[in-house]
Amino acid sequence: MRRRNKHDLSMAGYLYIAPWLAGFLLLTVWPMMQSVYFSFTNYSLLEPAQWIGLRNYRQIFTEDTSFVHSLKATTLFVFLSVPLKLATALLIAIVLNRKLKGMHFYRTVIYFPSLIGASVAVAILWNNVFGVHGLVNQLLSYLHIEGKNWIGMPETALGTLIVLAVWQFGSSMVIFLAGLKQIPGEFYEAAAVDGAGKLRTFFQVTLPLLSPIILFNLVLQTIGSFQMFTQAFIITKGGPVESTYMYALLLFDKAFAHFQMGYASALAWILLAIIAAVTALIFATAKAWVHYETDGR
Amino acid sequence: MKVAKRSAIGSHLLLAVISAAMMYPVLWWFGAVFKPIEEMSSANLIPLRPTLKNFTEGWNAITHYSFGVFFGNTLALSATLVAVSVVSCSLVAFGFARMNFPLRNFWFSIVLLTLMLPNQVTIVPQYVLFDSFRWIDTYWPFVIPHALAGGIGGSFFIFLFVQFIRGIPKELDEAAKMDGCGSFKIYSRIIVPLLVPAIVTVSIFCFLWNWDDFFGHMIYLQSVGKFTVGQALKLFVDSQSAAPWGQLFAMSLLSIVPGTVLFFFTQRYLVEGIATTGLKG
Repeated sequence: MRRRNKHDLSMAGYLYIAPWLAGFLLLTVWPMMQSVYFSFTNYSLLEPAQWIGLRNYRQIFTEDTSFVHSLKATTLFVFLSVPLKLATALLIAIVLNRKLKGMHFYRTVIYFPSLIGASVAVAILWNNVFGVHGLVNQLLSYLHIEGKNWIGMPETALGTLIVLAVWQFGSSMVIFLAGLKQIPGEFYEAAAVDGAGKLRTFFQVTLPLLSPIILFNLVLQTIGSFQMFTQAFIITKGGPVESTYMYALLLFDKAFAHFQMGYASALAWILLAIIAAVTALIFATAKAWVHYETDGR
Repeated sequence: MKVAKRSAIGSHLLLAVISAAMMYPVLWWFGAVFKPIEEMSSANLIPLRPTLKNFTEGWNAITHYSFGVFFGNTLALSATLVAVSVVSCSLVAFGFARMNFPLRNFWFSIVLLTLMLPNQVTIVPQYVLFDSFRWIDTYWPFVIPHALAGGIGGSFFIFLFVQFIRGIPKELDEAAKMDGCGSFKIYSRIIVPLLVPAIVTVSIFCFLWNWDDFFGHMIYLQSVGKFTVGQALKLFVDSQSAAPWGQLFAMSLLSIVPGTVLFFFTQRYLVEGIATTGLKG
């Protein structure tokens, strides 16, 4: 009787997770297995797949200059935009964490760009703001500074995308703000008793106690930034001279403009390997700088 | 005390300057949609000679289809995906949070793992799969994954619901069980009513992310009559040699209205939802 009851329970549980399980097997596991296979073929959607061994990978690493450009642009974008975004988010969260009047209003205003930032609409706005006759140059002309073709020059094009990314620091800030609220007041009181100044309190109390949240935001933003697509696609179209040719753009072009599905699959696995390596690296260093309260330190 | 007050003023000043700087391009955009073409390159926020021409002309700028069609498409698609995701993800989450079955923890750790999986890895083979089903240029490549608790944000929504359900006292379930309720009744009568705040959060994010899923729309939807607003805006940009900025801005501004309105009506839930679970944006 008891055993049967238990058995019924296990079946019922699988009934509830069945949609997810079916989706996971059919739309994640199976495609991933297929993708591995595709990456060793010259599959083009128009013609059947032919096994070509490691040729796609060899071509990517030795002949494809666009791959090198996109890797450089993506890496630069990730390594510049993520730290800038998180530093800004943390700084503003600390200011906002003081019990100020109107804090609710500021929080809403600062979060707003994150709300709309991923849209095609904002990409179009950015295209104009940093254009030759755009808002930025207009404002610079009031200061008698000569404007630039920000989007059209390889030295500055990536910068406009980084500014757009940093502009959307609101969602990271909201997470920091929640973390700051969790820090018990006693820690600050103890620091004050010890005569620690503002800066020392920040480095010895706030930063260590917030480090798990910093790690969380860092991983989340890094993974997300590696996959940046819409803004680069609309604002800079990957140019000029591939200076903003994000990895997702390269993958899109190969798969959906040239229908080189095999080649694109190989590119996708390389991207996954890169993201996994960077994430693993972050977690490996985390032992040195992330402080967990349960440590008892 | 005096020092504290002075530094409060300093904080206000800093926040006011930052807020103003961040909102300036947006406010300029709001003004620009009412500007005639001659004023477009001015940095003024308020138009000197306001006009509604940008809206009336922009609305019909794409031949054969008004922007009404694109708004209709995007709204219907996003609303469907929200409904389907809320049902599927909450059912799955209930299974993980309240049912006991072998390998439960293993499967749940897989859910968490897929949270971090870049969708670039599956996009090519998924496209091939959907192509073989003849689903290209239909809405099925969006609806079916969401119905299977996947799609955009699926794993995240499961996680969010599980966290929320774990916070609901188990005694409620036990009491219902005593009254002879089966597990589905516990889900529908006890859990769902208490899950409303989480449902609101999931609905908004699901709506916003799908509204802005430009990449997905672009690869799967090909006939202009099925386009979403984002695709229509991109088409608008590409179809003109010299961009009619006023009209583009007007239509772009309209495209962010639904998400923004939703946000302002529900932002208390939303910000709390982000804060308690941590979330990309």
